[in-house]
Amino acid sequence: MAVFRDVMPAFDLLQPGSAAEAQQLLEQNGADAWVMAGGLDSFDWLKDRIKKPKVLVDLSGVDELKGIRVSANGVEIGAMTTLTEIANHAEIKRNYGVLSQAVELVASPQIRNQGTLGGNVSQDVRCWYYRGGWPCYRAGGDICYADTPVGRNREHAIFGADRCVAVHPSDSVPALIALDAQFVVQTAKGERVVDAEDYFVGPETDITRLNMLGPGDLLTAIRIPAAWAGAKFYFEKVRDRNVWDFPLMNVASATRLSGSGDIEQMRIAVNAVSPRPMRLKAVEDAVRGKPANAETGEMAGKMAVQGAVPLQFNAYKIPLMRNLVKRAIVGAGPGGREAA
Amino acid sequence: MRFITWATSPWGQSVPAHVAWGLIWIAIIAGFCFMIVHALYILVVAPPKRFAERKAEAVAAGVPERVPRHTLAARLFHWIMAASMLTLLFTAFLPKVGVQFNWVLYHWIAGCVLTISIAFHIVHASFFLDFWSIWPDRTDLRDAKNRVLRFFGKPAPLAGKFAKYPLENKLYHGAIMLTGLAAAITGLFMMKRIQTGIFVRNPYLFSEMTWGMMYVLHGLVGVGLIALVMAHVYMGIRPEKLPITKSMIFGWMSRDFYLEEHDTARWAVKPQSSDSSEGYAASDGD
Repeated sequence: MAVFRDVMPAFDLLQPGSAAEAQQLLEQNGADAWVMAGGLDSFDWLKDRIKKPKVLVDLSGVDELKGIRVSANGVEIGAMTTLTEIANHAEIKRNYGVLSQAVELVASPQIRNQGTLGGNVSQDVRCWYYRGGWPCYRAGGDICYADTPVGRNREHAIFGADRCVAVHPSDSVPALIALDAQFVVQTAKGERVVDAEDYFVGPETDITRLNMLGPGDLLTAIRIPAAWAGAKFYFEKVRDRNVWDFPLMNVASATRLSGSGDIEQMRIAVNAVSPRPMRLKAVEDAVRGKPANAETGEMAGKMAVQGAVPLQFNAYKIPLMRNLVKRAIVGAGPGGREAA
Repeated sequence: MRFITWATSPWGQSVPAHVAWGLIWIAIIAGFCFMIVHALYILVVAPPKRFAERKAEAVAAGVPERVPRHTLAARLFHWIMAASMLTLLFTAFLPKVGVQFNWVLYHWIAGCVLTISIAFHIVHASFFLDFWSIWPDRTDLRDAKNRVLRFFGKPAPLAGKFAKYPLENKLYHGAIMLTGLAAAITGLFMMKRIQTGIFVRNPYLFSEMTWGMMYVLHGLVGVGLIALVMAHVYMGIRPEKLPITKSMIFGWMSRDFYLEEHDTARWAVKPQSSDSSEGYAASDGD
């Protein structure tokens, strides 16, 4: 029987006017509900008729989830704030430049106009076997089609694979981890605030989702503390097509240098290498007190790739990651360029 | 309700993916139903235990105070198997009912422990213990028939006392053997689908359909084991069965219990030797 994938499956469209109402609707409908932010990930799933929710909760009318609020403690970005607004925001450009650089490299201007920060951090993996509707582990089946001798896995994981080898595809997430951001989640039991890296879930814990959001949960905002405002930042994204593509890998760092130019503090994260965005804590510890130069970068790069397990077609990611981490260290130095 | 979850392979074939996880709740309910029905049977219906007397009672005087029942090796096997089985059940099914954790790692490690302990048990029981003591024999079947006839008020002679293991034990052993072996064998093959460091991963070892059937069988025996383990734990803590449970801990059962429940001819315990300081007598072991 032919499979028709030209129209979306029928669902009830719910358009709440407030975050509380949205959370309530999500709670009422549980696993039957699908949360839609900008719709860029959602419409793929729905038009391909792979995800068939009974209820779609459209957040576009929830104004309180939009906008950027600046305070002495830092910045709070509503989950429904568009990537374009974040990229162009004066305070973010001035003090948290790594985030504006990262979101500016997401896809195309049209997509950034529609895409939201909440959607970008909560999007699903881009593995074509999974998105093609095949019954892989992540889809509830019992095989990974990408992790086979002939599976197409050039873009897949070199770390953290547990049955599923897909990677987290977000550009904004490593920047948020570097900035020590916190994610604000409304649940049935109240508000939960978690560190950026704790928002994400690996396949070893739950292979069917990428983040902590369960049925009834709603990401409302992302808070960036002032602690790293004005730090030395570095962001670099490597992709096949520079005009518009998901990352083959990206790196983001925030660094404080001492008067002598040594690294006093650093936070560094890499994405698209693992099902969860990776914060490189061992590297952060190792480079503390060392000059931000090529030698330190070399050491950090080697340390970063320890334990990497390449698949059939993605061994190139190991030298790529080694070099990106090295460049992030060098880029943090006094003469360093904030690459993008 | 569907018992199997089906999927469409990349080649358009409809293949089984795994059992429907709703069966977990059916197994749990079945386990509880067994407990309730059995408890009511014992409380309300069951006639008091009566056994046919045998001449073998004459040997009672030579029976030691502590009758050895399980060797240390047999007991270690039992508890290692129990721990690995519980680990396997919890790591398999907790994630399916919403408790998420890194279950695959613990699951396959527990599976390896179980498989090794089963292999040990097969060798140990086949060559070092009385292999046939756990298998039903004609006497068991005849006694069971007599018990059933008498329960329904039909004329039948009193059933004899048990050999080393009552028929229920033997039947349970048979069920756990079949399900355990099926789970272990399918589980070993399934380890070829994941990264374990033990096998070289090869998801192409079987066809999609064969893999699917293997996952379904693994799941079916898995949910079956939920009910079987529940029944086993329940039996283990029933007051009248406690002497048997204790024997699996300490290795021996009391002389009184032995003489009351067991046929000294079918399960012979050698008379206590004078140099036995702990009161143990030689036995056929497990």
